Amino acid sequence: MSSGNPSERFVEAAGLKIEVMSGGSGRPVLVMHHDIGNQGWIPFYEELARDFTVFVPSHPGYGKSARPDWARNVRDIAIVYQSILGALGLERTAVVGLGFGGWIAAEIALGCPHRFDRIVLVGSAGMQPASGEIFDQFIVNTIDYLRTGFANPDDLEKTYGANIDAARLEAWELAREMTTRIAWKPYMFDQAMPYLAATIAAPVMLVHGREDRIVPLGCSERYASLIPGAKLKVIDGAGHFIEAERPTELAASVKAFVAGGR
Amino acid sequence: MHLMYFTEQPMSVYPEEEGRKLGYTALIFSNRYFDPVAASRLYQERLDEYRLAEECGFDGIMLNEHHNAPFCMQAKCNIFASILAAMTRRVKIVLLGNPLPISENPVRLAEELAMIDLISQGRLVSGFVRGGGTESLATNANPAYNRERFEEAHDLIIKTWTVPGPFRWEGNHYQLRVVNPWAVPLQKPHPRIWIPGVSSRETIIWAAEHRYPYLILNASIEDCKNIWKLYDESAERAGYTAGPEQRGYLIRCHVAESEEKALQNAREFMWMQGEFTGILDPVWAAPSGYLGPWARKFLSETHGGVYQKKPAPTFERQLRAMSIIAGTPKQAVEKLRILLEETRPSILAFWANDGKVNHEDSKTCIRLLGEEVLPAVREIGDRLGLKSPFEANTPVSLAATPASELRPRAESAAV
Repeated sequence: MSSGNPSERFVEAAGLKIEVMSGGSGRPVLVMHHDIGNQGWIPFYEELARDFTVFVPSHPGYGKSARPDWARNVRDIAIVYQSILGALGLERTAVVGLGFGGWIAAEIALGCPHRFDRIVLVGSAGMQPASGEIFDQFIVNTIDYLRTGFANPDDLEKTYGANIDAARLEAWELAREMTTRIAWKPYMFDQAMPYLAATIAAPVMLVHGREDRIVPLGCSERYASLIPGAKLKVIDGAGHFIEAERPTELAASVKAFVAGGR
Repeated sequence: MHLMYFTEQPMSVYPEEEGRKLGYTALIFSNRYFDPVAASRLYQERLDEYRLAEECGFDGIMLNEHHNAPFCMQAKCNIFASILAAMTRRVKIVLLGNPLPISENPVRLAEELAMIDLISQGRLVSGFVRGGGTESLATNANPAYNRERFEEAHDLIIKTWTVPGPFRWEGNHYQLRVVNPWAVPLQKPHPRIWIPGVSSRETIIWAAEHRYPYLILNASIEDCKNIWKLYDESAERAGYTAGPEQRGYLIRCHVAESEEKALQNAREFMWMQGEFTGILDPVWAAPSGYLGPWARKFLSETHGGVYQKKPAPTFERQLRAMSIIAGTPKQAVEKLRILLEETRPSILAFWANDGKVNHEDSKTCIRLLGEEVLPAVREIGDRLGLKSPFEANTPVSLAATPASELRPRAESAAV
């Protein structure tokens, strides 16, 4: 049994029922999940929950959160998040954005500069890399996409088991469908991001796996070069799913950064 | 009956072994294997064959389009339609069809189709399709909005053809400041619209609700019966009784002077390694969101790598199931008789030549079809009362049907 005592509840935002998982105690940390949806109360959350109250909403249209049929882009989702955070009473919080979730976190920060006091973007999408492309999940199946996201492909099985159950596959499919609806084109970035990133006011730490084959390191490098004072931490040997590959190490970095260290 | 000639326009000279090695012959199968010299020759041969098909008595030439694959050299059916509009005199030019969701400007499409109708002096049949998943990927049209875009583009095209401009269109997926193309179709209220498909339940119901003939692409007799049952029930709910004039069928049918020769050439229907759209990653055929929520479980298995596509039935099995017909004209007529009796379509498309069937054999096949098969099929059709939409003079759509001919509309079917 986990000590974070995670619980699930629903809040209402922009007319949508939104699923929120939370656990732990202390100052709040919001975690923004990947484009495959939230994968339950994972060890990374448990690590964070030792020091923080961890909030993990399922993005609108993902998991058990209702789908906004009208949403066409990530910015629409970020705006719904303002209501979600309001409903959770998170007027000011630290945030950890994972991959695609990092893009949404960045968009929230652009829309409401005072919402976050610390921002950690892990292998974050949303920024077009100076060279290369973000790996296109829509050309391959979900399993191959996930495998590509681990530095060591065997970690896929270690994380999800040898036989992935039907319910998880269906949740991944629902997630993939929602990602199609809002991030099809341009794929996984916003052309305005390089011009707007500089307006992010809170301290930012970018974390990137050196072996990330989904989001090129160039995305984080570009964020780091554009956001004043941003710090970039590259983790050798890690891929895109760092929270699954290095939960303790990533949580330690987040703790140090949120506590004010650099 | 309305009898049409069709070929996929295969780019037969591609290195099969490369496809086998890679495990796919579509979407990302490199166009380094495209041979422009051969392609230019093949286009000329197809034009010759279409000319011959008209001479030999076909009522229509059916065209289609696909992208990024050697199985179909037509990337835009309106191009060949334009050529046929000027080159032929009598045949209907049947587009099955333009994939509406991949169009960024349906008004441009309406304009092109109007020009084809005008140049051909009213011989256009304008079919519309959703396009396969591969088409969405090849043209980067969001598959999650495929059906919404299909329906909106259709509504916009019909309005463009039937309501004098200028008007403004502020839709969900299409916004146009000024809709006022100078050219509108010759045929009134608009060219006939036929809808081809294989199995999408939503599309069958949609076609029936619009009173558009539905053309089944090479399904088994049993599947056809199920599709017609669904179509007929949807038609009844929409207030009319459907008949053969709403039924179309595409059959792979190759004839030659000897059975042996016919069988040898008909094996070419298997040339794309058993799959008539080539070998695809199942992910490309059905991207997420392309099908309705009913398909989510199936897609979760496809995208989860659990679902394994069954290999295509063998040539011999397809012959037995009559999804491929091959033989002398006499032998072919016997099979076609069964097909017509069992499924009662008034529109029959002959997918006659495919793969590496050479130009001479293709022409022989067209000639034999024209001389021996078409007259016999027409006789059977007459006996069975299979009147085409032209012969029966049916309204082009439900909207164009006089209210006095319709019964009150019932509740729409749940999909």
